[in-house]
Amino acid sequence: MDAILFYVSAAVAVASAVVVIAQKSPITSAFALIVTLCSLSVIFGLLGSPFIAVLQVIVYAGAIMVLFLFVLMLLNVKREEDAPGRGGRTLRGVALALVTLFVLQAGAVLVGAPAGSAPRFDASTRRMAEILFSPHFLYVFEATSVLILAALVGAVVLAKKEL
Amino acid sequence: MHELEALDRVLPFAVLLLPLCGFVVLSLFGEWIKKDKEDAGAGYMACGTVLVSFGLAAWTTARLYGLVGGAEGLRFSQPYLGFEWIEAGGFRVPLSLLVDPLSAVMMLVVTGIGSLIHVYSLGYMAGDDDRPRFFSYLNLFTFFMLLLVLGGSLPLLFVGWEGVGLCSYLLIGFWYKKDSASAAGLKAFVVNRIGDAGLILGMIFIYHAFGSLDLVDIADNAGALAPEKLWEIGPVSVACLLLFLGATGKSAQIPLHVWLPDAMEGPTPVSALIHAATMVTAGVYMVARLAPLYHQSATAMLVVAVTGTVTALMAGTIAIVQNDIKRVLAYSTVSQLGFMFLAAGVGAFGVAIFHLYTHAFFKALLFLGSGSVIHAMSGEQDMGKMGGLRKRIPWTFWTFLAGTAAISGIPFFAGFYSKDEILLGALTTGHTVLFGIALFTALLTAAYMARLLFLTFFGAFRGGHDLEHHVHESPWSMIGPLVLLAVGSTVSGYALFPGLGEAGARVRLPEVVQPVFRLPAEAVHHVAWLPAAATLAAIAGGLIAWYLYLSMPELRASARAALRPALRIFEAKYYFDTVYDAFVRRVVVEGSDALLWRRVDAGVIDGAVNRAGTVASALAQALRPVQTGFVRHYALLVLAGAVALVSYLLWS
Amino acid sequence: MDHPAFVQHAVLLSLVLFGLGTLGVFLRRNVITVLMCVELMLNGVNLAFVAFSRAAGTLDGQVLVFFVMVVAAAEAAVGLAIVIALNRHRDTLDVDAFRLMKG
Repeated sequence: MDAILFYVSAAVAVASAVVVIAQKSPITSAFALIVTLCSLSVIFGLLGSPFIAVLQVIVYAGAIMVLFLFVLMLLNVKREEDAPGRGGRTLRGVALALVTLFVLQAGAVLVGAPAGSAPRFDASTRRMAEILFSPHFLYVFEATSVLILAALVGAVVLAKKEL
Repeated sequence: MHELEALDRVLPFAVLLLPLCGFVVLSLFGEWIKKDKEDAGAGYMACGTVLVSFGLAAWTTARLYGLVGGAEGLRFSQPYLGFEWIEAGGFRVPLSLLVDPLSAVMMLVVTGIGSLIHVYSLGYMAGDDDRPRFFSYLNLFTFFMLLLVLGGSLPLLFVGWEGVGLCSYLLIGFWYKKDSASAAGLKAFVVNRIGDAGLILGMIFIYHAFGSLDLVDIADNAGALAPEKLWEIGPVSVACLLLFLGATGKSAQIPLHVWLPDAMEGPTPVSALIHAATMVTAGVYMVARLAPLYHQSATAMLVVAVTGTVTALMAGTIAIVQNDIKRVLAYSTVSQLGFMFLAAGVGAFGVAIFHLYTHAFFKALLFLGSGSVIHAMSGEQDMGKMGGLRKRIPWTFWTFLAGTAAISGIPFFAGFYSKDEILLGALTTGHTVLFGIALFTALLTAAYMARLLFLTFFGAFRGGHDLEHHVHESPWSMIGPLVLLAVGSTVSGYALFPGLGEAGARVRLPEVVQPVFRLPAEAVHHVAWLPAAATLAAIAGGLIAWYLYLSMPELRASARAALRPALRIFEAKYYFDTVYDAFVRRVVVEGSDALLWRRVDAGVIDGAVNRAGTVASALAQALRPVQTGFVRHYALLVLAGAVALVSYLLWS
Repeated sequence: MDHPAFVQHAVLLSLVLFGLGTLGVFLRRNVITVLMCVELMLNGVNLAFVAFSRAAGTLDGQVLVFFVMVVAAAEAAVGLAIVIALNRHRDTLDVDAFRLMKG
């Protein structure tokens, strides 16, 4: 049962990822990305991290992608141009080559690596909270909140019409 | 033998340092001491220091002679300053002075004749605005010369050597506004420098052989070295020859003699002090000081003797065709120095010092006398314009006559004794050819000196009416030293020094300094006919001059015609200056300009620097197209780098 | 849930997503689309982290994913703000239009 869910979600994720990068219209790309994110959320759940799965939907799909859509609507983006631009063909070729190289290498290495999974372990939200607020990660946790504040202020300032 | 007291230790340093203090005070406060043109405060101060120094030198000699009496001499290190002069690894050179018979004689000559010349300068330089500078330089020279003769090791001697060269430059070019004077000063310094290179190299060889540059150490250990026969060039010969090169520079022997005649551009007291009595004799002193070393090298001795003889002859021939009174005396000095080196070269070192001693008296006398003549002639130096001065400036004439007699080798005057000993030495050591040449040169000496005497003091005055009016005798400050020197020129030949020989006997100067040379005692030869031969040569020379210049002047024209080719060479000074100018000066100066300056400095060095800049700029230009401006290209480069890095990490 | 091959295949999937995202960054000309492809890459990385966390049996990987998400959010916000400012300036969203750094 889980296996089918896993592989179906995986296939969906890959398919919509291809749509994201191949589609002409940015809005279509945005929606495809949302589909990818949701299928990834399913996979997160299957891998035993419910907290992250939910977080993925709420934060990523629910907030970040909404922001993307907002901006796309605001700027009234329609279709993308066709022409690849200067040096586009060479660029595509080289990029494709490099990426393939990287993926194949990493794949060759990683295929052998992680053997199976650990037995059932406690991945509950309570456990997450205990770790996040432990002295180990507390400082980082608070620092990220400051980071978000900075990003907030920065975004407001940068997007203003006049300072 | 008394113990050395603290006073004895200080005395030599006091002798040395007094003139230095004089220099320092005069150079700092000179202008303030001299209030106006008439006030000669600077001069009095300078004379004071040297006179006191002379007194101290005499005192030193007297005190220490009771203690030493031998070859060792007394070494004095400077204990008060508490430091060595040079201390580098195993190489040590302390500030030490050496007082032995040889340095005592030199010390007395330098301070004694030096003080007479200082007094003379009071009169000669009266009215010159730059007097403080002049007297400060004279004092500085005295200090350096004393350092040269009193120095206990070769480096200290060398410091004095260089110092007197510097002072010579300063004093020759004293009237620096005159171009010829500055040029002459520079010429003297540069030519000296060439000799100094030889001196330094010689010192290095000596250090290599002895491990020390202390004079007493060298003298003590020279006997232990293997003696080198004729044409056997070993380290000893090389060292001696190199040192002799330095001596030729300082003592104006061939080939480095060219500066001395030009040095006459300086004031006459300078010519008397530096170029007659003291500085030029430094070469002779050095060779004599290192006599034990030279004795070990037959080649070096021969070179010294031959160089001296040839120089003497050559200078003598040039002297007879000179018209400037000081030039005649300059070439005469070169010639007499040649005699001294001849004596040293045949092994008669004591005789060389003897001739140095008598020469100091009569040459200083002759120069100062000529200065008096020039003073009377209102600055005119050309003998063609003089004549018949003996009635007008009698004091000058009579003292000058004494000097001429001394240099010509007339019996009872000092030069006769020292020159006679030189000829004796050459004859008895088998150098017959050199003896013959030296005898002929003695004849020449008498000839040109008599010529000078006759042209200047006899006959009719040829200078014209105005000059004739101004002829006047010199002041007492100038005549006094002349008289004293005349007395010295007469008696110094047979002066006996009481108590300075073995068992307190009375001895003459050669015996006084002989122990310093550590030579094996030799039987004293006597050649009966020699004094007569020498006197005959002198008289013959005098007679030739008499005939040509006074008695039958019409002979001159025919004599000149007969000797035309030879005279041309003499007048051109054997073309030394021409050759040096063409081959040395041109090559060095113009070659440097064309090759080293233009090609190397501007071309290679500047070019390299400029090209470095151009290359950097070109490289930057070539790399510019990488910055395309497209963000995607930049991102691609980042990706490529990341992939490379990851591959390396994965597969290494 | 304990299928042993899940982890391996999840890692492979993350590789594929990452690769696709990288390709997208180079192939697309719209700035916003490029940013979206960057998000895709980040998700690939998140998946890898979670998979390894599962394999190791600890929660550290998931904590990291948490922080990655936070930072991704901040980055998206600021990036989009910059895009808006750029668009106001040049009235285009073409990546190749911004070439002031040439030379």
